[in-house]
Amino acid sequence: MKIHEYQGKDILRKFNVATLQGTVCTTVDEVVAAAATYGFPCVVKAQIHAGGRGKGGGVKLARSAADAEAAGRAILGMQLKTHQTGPEGQKVKKVLVERGCAIARELYVGMVIDRVNGRVCVMASTEGGVEIEKIAEEHPEKILKEWVDPVVGLSPYQSRNLAFALGFKGKEVGNAVKFFTGLYDAFVGTDASLAEINPLVVTKDGDVLALDAKFNFDDNALFRHKDIVAMRDADEEDQRELEAKEFDLSYIALDGSIGCMVNGAGLAMATMDIIKQQGGEPANFLDVGGGADEPKVTAAFKIILKDPAVKAVFVNIFGGIAKCDVIANGVVAAARQVGLKIPLVVRLEGTNVDLGKKILSESGLAILAADDMLDGAKKAVAAARG
Amino acid sequence: MAILLNKDTRAIVQGITGEAGSFHTKQMIEYGTQMVGGVTPGKGGQHFEHAGKKLPIFDTVAAAVKATQANASIIYVPPPFAADAILEAVASEIDLVITITEGIPVLDMVKVKRVLTSQKKTRLIGPNCPGVITPGQAKMGIMPGHIHKPGHVGVVSKSGTLTYEAVGQLTRLGIGQSTCVGIGGDPVAGSDFIDILKLFNADPETHAVIMIGEIGGSAEEEAAAWVRANMKKPVVGFIAGRTAPPGRRMGHAGAIISGGKGTAEEKLKAFEAAGIKVAPTPAEMGVTLASVYQ
Repeated sequence: MKIHEYQGKDILRKFNVATLQGTVCTTVDEVVAAAATYGFPCVVKAQIHAGGRGKGGGVKLARSAADAEAAGRAILGMQLKTHQTGPEGQKVKKVLVERGCAIARELYVGMVIDRVNGRVCVMASTEGGVEIEKIAEEHPEKILKEWVDPVVGLSPYQSRNLAFALGFKGKEVGNAVKFFTGLYDAFVGTDASLAEINPLVVTKDGDVLALDAKFNFDDNALFRHKDIVAMRDADEEDQRELEAKEFDLSYIALDGSIGCMVNGAGLAMATMDIIKQQGGEPANFLDVGGGADEPKVTAAFKIILKDPAVKAVFVNIFGGIAKCDVIANGVVAAARQVGLKIPLVVRLEGTNVDLGKKILSESGLAILAADDMLDGAKKAVAAARG
Repeated sequence: MAILLNKDTRAIVQGITGEAGSFHTKQMIEYGTQMVGGVTPGKGGQHFEHAGKKLPIFDTVAAAVKATQANASIIYVPPPFAADAILEAVASEIDLVITITEGIPVLDMVKVKRVLTSQKKTRLIGPNCPGVITPGQAKMGIMPGHIHKPGHVGVVSKSGTLTYEAVGQLTRLGIGQSTCVGIGGDPVAGSDFIDILKLFNADPETHAVIMIGEIGGSAEEEAAAWVRANMKKPVVGFIAGRTAPPGRRMGHAGAIISGGKGTAEEKLKAFEAAGIKVAPTPAEMGVTLASVYQ
């Protein structure tokens, strides 16, 4: 799960990580008022989940009240396009007005879970403010790393290692240690999967501040963070994906014309792959999971069919815990409920397969049965072409 | 003799009275696994009965091990409590712990991993995996037993249903399996490909291996490098997620391409460089294996 910058900064403040003062505004009047409180220069920043807001015109410096008003008018309500939003962009409904500061240096710090050793890895670089992925690829030596023992936590010496390597001096070092420690506490305290401060700035007074804040959270841990769940912004999420979540389905919308319903994440990915290899394009990733019952299958079916681009549906099930007869009943019920008008290809294998096939063939529905997944993919691709 | 699990393995179930735990305990008993007991805190003294078997239920793993001499445990405990269940099994020095539970917080697994690496007794498989089966001998997991056939091909995979797909194809070709191991699709797991490949390499009953990976992380690349340097048996592979968009988690918490890393292309390249023949489509995993092994 993702959140907005201003929400990320609220979390940082809670864990004693230094940020600039700021106010979230939804109207131009609020922007003008907030700017007057902070004085000039101040910054007006669009609040959408995607990165690259500055380049897209979503971040503006205001040197006067007139600037602030103009920035508020320009950004609030705009359709902000960045490299992460896709061509349609994302409508800006909120801005963050933030006090300005005298920046001496821009740096980068991020935290992720390193899968190789199963530990939180703190990454820092002097190359702040730019795309860190590029630095990682072109100059991996410019990214400093410390791995954290979960029993001990981030030790002050590790933070000092990073601080000195980043070129901090005098009181900056202590500020940096406090900053890194707080960020690690925030990461662990919220079950984050990513915490990224880009840029982290050092001011001319030696303060170390988070100028931006990006958090992603571990969906598996949201059950113990009601406060974070409350930060969810439905406007930023695909409606079908949200609906799928309600039924505990894993759904991701894609651009193609073949709707897929599969059990298991690996098989779901492989089904998308084989459709593409046969010359088709999958319309979605959908894992109905192991405990797929009839209501779940029906919900999955309805979500797939909400996408107007879907020209055919491919159901690919290898029943283990999921039983083929249960899936078949769900498919038949859903097809009847929605009055299915597009071709439906079904491949069933595994637990109770014969029963499942019988239910499908006796349903009276025009179902194209597939012998295996390749056969199913071929039939679905042909059917989608019409 | 296969790997990890055989007819002599003495297994308990943590979470035996839960819905998933009790359903699959029955299935495991029916398959012939030597089930010796179960654990559900607060239900000690009760029994689990099925098909003429009467398994004692214990409050703690320690009590279960003491009474039954269990050397393997399978965990169906719900996600908020699953990491604790794993730690309890590790504390009782059980040799093999298989965790089926899906949805364990990653930072819980970070702690578990720290404990696992500080001891030598317990091997963890999973979490978020279908388990382990040695066809004809024992199954500890949720896979449909009937699709398997005893034989000499080892299967190791991050994905459950894609493993069934591979096994189904093999069995249909008349090729049996020595042991099938699902290592799970979570970012932090107990065992990785290399851990299992080492066991297959040393197992005289395993003559060839299918390795099924997916996008995300770098475990497949590391495994490929290990195969290149050490593996004495033919290995074929498959990677799911060639068409997955970057930055989106494809069901499994670990299946995500981030920062341009963890793509299927990189993994396939690593496989090919290591001499691992790659199945061109997921429908051809069985025939690809057959092409390198008779």
